Amino acid sequence: MSEVLCSPTPVTTKEGIHALLKDKGGEEYYRQMKNLWVDQVALGRDLERTCKSRTRTWLSICAHCAMCADSCFFYKANDNDPKQIPSYKIQSTLGEMIRKSGRVDTEFMINAMNVAWGQCTCCNRCGVYCPHGIDTGVMFSYLRGLLFKHGFVPWELKIGSGMHRVYGAQMDVTEEDWVETCEWMVEENQDEWPDLEIPVDKENADVMYILNAREVKHYPEDIAKAAILFHVTGTNWTVPSKGWENTSLTMFAGDWEGCAQNVKRVYAAVDRLKPKMVVGTECGHAHRATVVEGPYWAGRDSGEPPVPFLHYVEWVAMCLRTGKLKIDPAKKIKVPCTLQDSCNYVRNHGLGKITREIMSYIAEDFREMDPNGDHNFCCGGGGGLNGIGRYRNERNVALKHKLEQIKATGAELVISPCHNCWDAIRDMVEVYEEHNLKWTFLKPLLVDMMIIPDHIRHNEI
Amino acid sequence: MMDFITGPLFALSLLIFVGGLGLRVILYIRGLDAKLERVAYNFHFSRSIPGALVSIGKWLIPGGTAGWRKQPVAAAAFFLLHVGAIFVPLFVLGHTVLLEDLTGISLPSLPGELADVLTIATLCGLVLLVARRLTSPALRQLNSCQDWLVLAVTILPFFTGLMASFDTASYDTWCILHVLSGELFLILAPFTKLSHIALYFMSRAQLGMDYAIKRGGATRGGAFPW
Ligand code: SF4
Ligand code: SF4
Repeated sequence: MSEVLCSPTPVTTKEGIHALLKDKGGEEYYRQMKNLWVDQVALGRDLERTCKSRTRTWLSICAHCAMCADSCFFYKANDNDPKQIPSYKIQSTLGEMIRKSGRVDTEFMINAMNVAWGQCTCCNRCGVYCPHGIDTGVMFSYLRGLLFKHGFVPWELKIGSGMHRVYGAQMDVTEEDWVETCEWMVEENQDEWPDLEIPVDKENADVMYILNAREVKHYPEDIAKAAILFHVTGTNWTVPSKGWENTSLTMFAGDWEGCAQNVKRVYAAVDRLKPKMVVGTECGHAHRATVVEGPYWAGRDSGEPPVPFLHYVEWVAMCLRTGKLKIDPAKKIKVPCTLQDSCNYVRNHGLGKITREIMSYIAEDFREMDPNGDHNFCCGGGGGLNGIGRYRNERNVALKHKLEQIKATGAELVISPCHNCWDAIRDMVEVYEEHNLKWTFLKPLLVDMMIIPDHIRHNEI
Repeated sequence: MMDFITGPLFALSLLIFVGGLGLRVILYIRGLDAKLERVAYNFHFSRSIPGALVSIGKWLIPGGTAGWRKQPVAAAAFFLLHVGAIFVPLFVLGHTVLLEDLTGISLPSLPGELADVLTIATLCGLVLLVARRLTSPALRQLNSCQDWLVLAVTILPFFTGLMASFDTASYDTWCILHVLSGELFLILAPFTKLSHIALYFMSRAQLGMDYAIKRGGATRGGAFPW
């Protein structure tokens, strides 16, 4: 294979994606990476331009006190391996790169990539435990951006970034595929819900719903469930034909330009359809990319999205609170259950109280993990790690930590309103053969336990 | 000799200390970049200011944060060190006199015994930290020359100061060593990790604001529960 697969240039064509996909597992891609030249002058300039006082201060005042060690699940899951201390990981990569003003070689960059994606999920937990307020997760995200720009990014994320740039979605789902899936889901459920609809591009709706391309490609029933819940709650809602995807593998990849394109696409749909609010599906990083970081990428000075953007859990809690959605007490969850909050919406967007409010409506035996809420540990596969084959072993070891935390609660069911956490739990159950443990999103639970109001036509199937 | 080191040299060290740290604070603030960091520093003051204050304040209280509670031994060592390290240099009698002579600023002074107790506490804290650095595998992975330098530069003035007050026979020698090592501390502070004396407040305020402005300040209800 003589084609150039690994280079600093982002993928922007279908052919480019195709060529990368043909290289199974990225074998040739990583082979080429070993010879990828580092443009040291450009890297030095990038550091000069983008590495400012916050990051430089963090790196220079770090007391090497190791207060952050225990806060990182990688450190714990790897039997307190000193090489997994957040401070060590960042000092030996970004710290060293800065000390050398970018004069580093290919080997250095590959090692930095392995650490930035294989030993950190950017969960930001260590920053909460550092007396100096040094947020290593933020620095790793910054480092990912530098590495992406210079071509040192895991194969899957190079493809992911390309998908977003080409299809406007994390997978090759076109606008036609998406709209057809909506129609298909309505048809599929019409016998049970005769009045169900998925209104596409309706202007001035109360809610514009946006989601994850995986749902379209692999879990279309999730879209049907979302539609049923909007229908049953009498919500005036719509989905946009363009700008419907809120995930951002570009954020995991450090492709900031791609991030901006994604979020602008979503905000353009808001401009076009003028909804009162936007609700995003059960996905943590999608929320962060569109609502927390997104406004900045879109150039909004206030850091706020153009209209209120809710994570799915906020919308559900609102419906339960206002009585628009009622739960049949006989159908509440009886088995002990726990909750896996995504770092991206809990620590990084403060929704912990909201998810607990939901639990109070739907679960009879809810058990907290320890620690939880803002202090919760990453599922073990966040920050894109779930999807990177090269770091599968690192990920599987990291999953152990969350599994132990779940098992300590005695829960039989884990509720996880995040695609990444959901995947991590699915995989830990498989890898560690914990087949008695079940996991779920909220939507299927809610559809099963809601009370259907009399005026909604419904046929038992 | 004494006149020179407690006169011009002291004035110079103090100037480097205050000026240097002040400059680092200014450079820190000027280097903040709302776009690059994705934190809207100029918006949402009603939550960013309390966020910054809580982020600074809670970490100043022993056991005030989950981080301190998780590591009680390390926390004890830090607090032992820092209580003395802040109060003794500022309020010990000899220092207040010196400061008043030089600047006209008059600070209340600590009773001699209390100053001794605090100094001993500080030295205990420092010894604990040295022991921790030598024995913990985690710390051993992180240790750098500067970590040891900073510890030594901190230990010296406290040790010599204590000796001056106990070993009265060699009072003059200890005094000279004490003044010189204290000045070394002042001069090095802006250029080493000792700059955290000022930058701690900047860094903590920044993260507090980050959480308050962007990362859940509007939805969490209250400041981040450090
Ligand atoms: S807790 Fe903070 S200061 Fe201490 S080693 Fe970790 S990052 Fe550095
Ligand atoms: S951000 Fe999370 S994964 Fe990364 S070093 Fe910190 S605690 Fe570990």
